[in-house]
Amino acid sequence: MSEMGSLAVDLAGVTKVFDNGVMALGPLDLAIRHGEFVSLVGPSGCGKSTALRLIAGLAAPTSGRIDVSHRPGAERPGHAIGFVFQEPTLMPWTSVRENVRLPLKLAHVAESEADRRIDEALRSVGLAEFAGAYPRQLSGGMKMRVSLARALVTDPDILLMDEPFAALDEITRFRLNNDLLALWRSLRKTVVFVTHSVFESVYLSQRVLVMTARPGRIGAEIRIDVAEPRGEDFRTSTAYASYCREVSAALAPSYSGVSVL
Amino acid sequence: MSAADNQQAAKGQDTAARLLRFLLPLLVALVGTAIWEAVVRLGQIPPYVLPGPVAVIGTLISDWSVLSQSLGVTLLTTLEGFLAAAIGGIALALLFNQSKLLEYSLFPYAVILQVTPVIAIAPLLLIYLPQEMAVVVCAWIVGFFPVLSNTTLGLNSVDRNLAGLFQLYGASRLQTLRYLKLPSALPYVLGGLRIAGGLSLIGAVVAEIAAGSAGAGSGLAYRIAESSYRLNIPRMFAALLLLSLAGIVIYALLALTSYLLLRRWHESALGKEH
Repeated sequence: MSEMGSLAVDLAGVTKVFDNGVMALGPLDLAIRHGEFVSLVGPSGCGKSTALRLIAGLAAPTSGRIDVSHRPGAERPGHAIGFVFQEPTLMPWTSVRENVRLPLKLAHVAESEADRRIDEALRSVGLAEFAGAYPRQLSGGMKMRVSLARALVTDPDILLMDEPFAALDEITRFRLNNDLLALWRSLRKTVVFVTHSVFESVYLSQRVLVMTARPGRIGAEIRIDVAEPRGEDFRTSTAYASYCREVSAALAPSYSGVSVL
Repeated sequence: MSAADNQQAAKGQDTAARLLRFLLPLLVALVGTAIWEAVVRLGQIPPYVLPGPVAVIGTLISDWSVLSQSLGVTLLTTLEGFLAAAIGGIALALLFNQSKLLEYSLFPYAVILQVTPVIAIAPLLLIYLPQEMAVVVCAWIVGFFPVLSNTTLGLNSVDRNLAGLFQLYGASRLQTLRYLKLPSALPYVLGGLRIAGGLSLIGAVVAEIAAGSAGAGSGLAYRIAESSYRLNIPRMFAALLLLSLAGIVIYALLALTSYLLLRRWHESALGKEH
């Protein structure tokens, strides 16, 4: 229980100025606890994805401090962060299995250990029987599942997801939402989920952080206090509707004064 | 008509279309040669002006020992030039990809080498290099640029997110090259090699012609030049026919290699139904 109090991700006064002088982000303060599911919502171009890339270490902040902590006492080969991009981002020239193997191969994990973990990751996303398939043979939703399995295969402490389901149809998206929640409940990862969908953010997260227009800052924080496990009945509940209304209202100032035409 | 019937019909149409694509060029060739032979016979044109196809085939058979030897020489030159172009082009592209300074320093010269007509360089090469080597160098000069530029393009066309993923997982330069850049570049490299194959043959032929009768090596192009001096027109045609066939076979082999390597995943090698 002691680790629940400690922070998985801690950003203080983080800003990002692009090479062309555009102030993309901040100053941004962000504190995410271990095991928490947090969504970042905001208008497009507000720096949500940039924030995620900064946490992942894929870009360096212009100023400010970024702390990403590991689960205390965890001594495992692999990597502390898993990243799921907006596109599946799979290597088309190799099979599902080899795609999921990539992070382990880069970390020089022994073959037999890798095989075991790949099987486990593929099972957890329901793709065990597609291990030999090539990405082009899969549907958009299945490709996204492979991408998720690849992010999970290193058993990361933190899962960063950058609008992962934005390009999928609604039915597939709902299914993946449910599967992701089930995975989160069983694995208890820290999840930072970027989305522009108010409905998705409320359905998934314990906490929704609403970002302002560029340069992105945290404009509002809405805690979604709903008893777990959530299911399809939550999607149609009045509580869900009122949370969605609340997030939408918090989001409205970001769009005011911005022409949507 | 049921769906199955429809499918059957579509399949039949497909096969018919494929057969047509094969048969029509063959028909054109047959009709063309027939007209050619007819013109030669009816016009009573002597073989030193224009030999008919029958005479050309006859020469091909009667001169086979000389011509086959020349074919061997030209093919060997082409192969050497092509291998040098492939290895040189890919290696240079990899070097450029690792070091921008090297790329900035050397790339313009690769372009200059490419845009200077090889036929103008060949006589110079023949002065400074032994003839066999000069011929191979010519084949290399024309062949290596498409490999270099295509490989460079391929290495720079890596998916940005995939590159980010490799960065996230702390991949080394070598790992990134081996598991990401080379597979991404493969379709481009193969495209470059396909062009280089045909160009190597052209380079070899150009050098042989430039070497002319002085040359001790006796490739097909040399045979053409020699036969032209001797007004042995049927042999010129026979040698030309062999050169064409060699070019077709080289292209077909490289296209097949490309297909075999890419058929599992790349758009270019996938059928329409995917």
